[in-house]
Amino acid sequence: MTALSLSQLQAGYDPDLPIVKGVSFTVKKGEAVCILGPNGAGKSTMIKAIAGLVPCFGGQVRLGETDVTGLPSHLLARNGMGFVPQTENIFTRLSIIENLQIAAQLLPKHERPGRIEAMLDMFPDLAARPRELAGALSGGQRQMLAAARALLTEPEVLMLDEPSAGLSPKLVGQVFETLRRISETGVTLVLVEQNVRAALTLTERALVLVDGKLAHDGPTDVLHDGKFLGELFLGHRAAEAGQ
Amino acid sequence: MNPQAIIDGLIAGSTIGLGAIGLTLTYSILRFANFTHGDFLAWGAYLTLTVAGVLGGLAAGLGAPVYPFSFGWGLPLAMLGGVALTVALTLGLDRVLFGKLRARGADAIIIVMASFGASMALRSLLEFIFTAKPVYFTKALQIAKPLGLGMRATPDQLLVIGLTALLVLALHLLVTYSATGRAMRAVSEDPGLAGVYGIDVAKVVRVTWIIGAGMACIAGVMAGLLVQIRPYMGFDLLLPLFSAAILGGIGSIPGAMLGGLIIGLSEAFAVQIIGAEWRAAISFVILVIVLMLRPQGLFGQKEA
Repeated sequence: MTALSLSQLQAGYDPDLPIVKGVSFTVKKGEAVCILGPNGAGKSTMIKAIAGLVPCFGGQVRLGETDVTGLPSHLLARNGMGFVPQTENIFTRLSIIENLQIAAQLLPKHERPGRIEAMLDMFPDLAARPRELAGALSGGQRQMLAAARALLTEPEVLMLDEPSAGLSPKLVGQVFETLRRISETGVTLVLVEQNVRAALTLTERALVLVDGKLAHDGPTDVLHDGKFLGELFLGHRAAEAGQ
Repeated sequence: MNPQAIIDGLIAGSTIGLGAIGLTLTYSILRFANFTHGDFLAWGAYLTLTVAGVLGGLAAGLGAPVYPFSFGWGLPLAMLGGVALTVALTLGLDRVLFGKLRARGADAIIIVMASFGASMALRSLLEFIFTAKPVYFTKALQIAKPLGLGMRATPDQLLVIGLTALLVLALHLLVTYSATGRAMRAVSEDPGLAGVYGIDVAKVVRVTWIIGAGMACIAGVMAGLLVQIRPYMGFDLLLPLFSAAILGGIGSIPGAMLGGLIIGLSEAFAVQIIGAEWRAAISFVILVIVLMLRPQGLFGQKEA
């Protein structure tokens, strides 16, 4: 069953200069997929376009069977799309519990306390001090709050934009362990990541984006060969695929 | 020094504080300095006066003063109508002007300049419709009653201070503890992220205008009740409003109120110490000092 599909998506900030140039792929329900690529390949722009934060100029985005192309981000969130931006992904001037309460507004009233409680159980670091300002959290704890916020509404698809960005190796390990637990609950996971090694341990399928186009779509095991991935990043493999 | 300055300052500060609340909310959520806000005060007063006139025509008894105040039940009823009409005016202005500029991604300075132009248009329109001649909600004379320590106040003045305290408390509780308030604080911090959280930012913007316009109308009615109603009454308050909002810290409701009271008290004491002709300069002096020493204001947060 399809959770998310893109068909010839074109997106960016200027219709004459699209950054994402006709990308198509399908993600099955419960699948964990990582999107890799060199800097400037358009990975973050693509995920933001899916999340309704960057304009789409052509093509289609479907969430399940629903066409959600160009929907504003708050309607996508209400339709089951969870998105965790790369940085500035929590409200630092609000407390931890207030961050979760805002997300819980999307749920029926009777479900809200239970779901907030479930997230605090899942992330004990947050449960220890729910009234503290989120701005006081460490980098890793911020990522956990961002993930808790996105998971709270039980989204159909959870997309994360470089959750390891700016974190120490120890914290990257913690964050990816958290993502592994999330993935095991059956949530469809789409992950944009620069930390290739960490991403490949978490997901079973990788999409490689080069210059706004899909250069590879397949299992992650072939990408453990650094040379193959390097060629993809440099565009040699993409050129071969195009021939 | 005459202690009456304290009462005079609190009364002026109440009007300034209520007006500054709308300004600070608009500034923090829509991210522009709204020069039309002073004119919303004036429009609120005139619209309330118009509704009061209609109500007085329908039921003459509504205009009879209710002891110990100088006005009858018609004024509070008319103020509800005035608030509704002022809200309609601000939402209409946002729809035809500010909202369109936001949708085009216009820079803040463009929106500020547009608000400056709209302010002049609104003021001229008031003058065209109602003329520049001052008008009054009531011409009944009130005797100020002694409060002790050499201070005196009329019942109307005490009502203004009490109503202001009540409104500020209610608004503070709304913004601090309600879902609407949390959404407003979230949009104020990061509108893009607020959308990702599922917040309808356009709805939060509307709520901000509604609260700001409501407070502006009530502040205008208060100023009109205690002094007089003139097309320039809001424009004359603009600098104190900005000073109070910046002094309190952008986005802070208690800050805006406290800023308003400090400005009001400073003006009242300045009148006694250095003369009434310097009253208007006090807001400017305070604004400059705050911007130089603590630009985030008393309760504001430093930009990260």
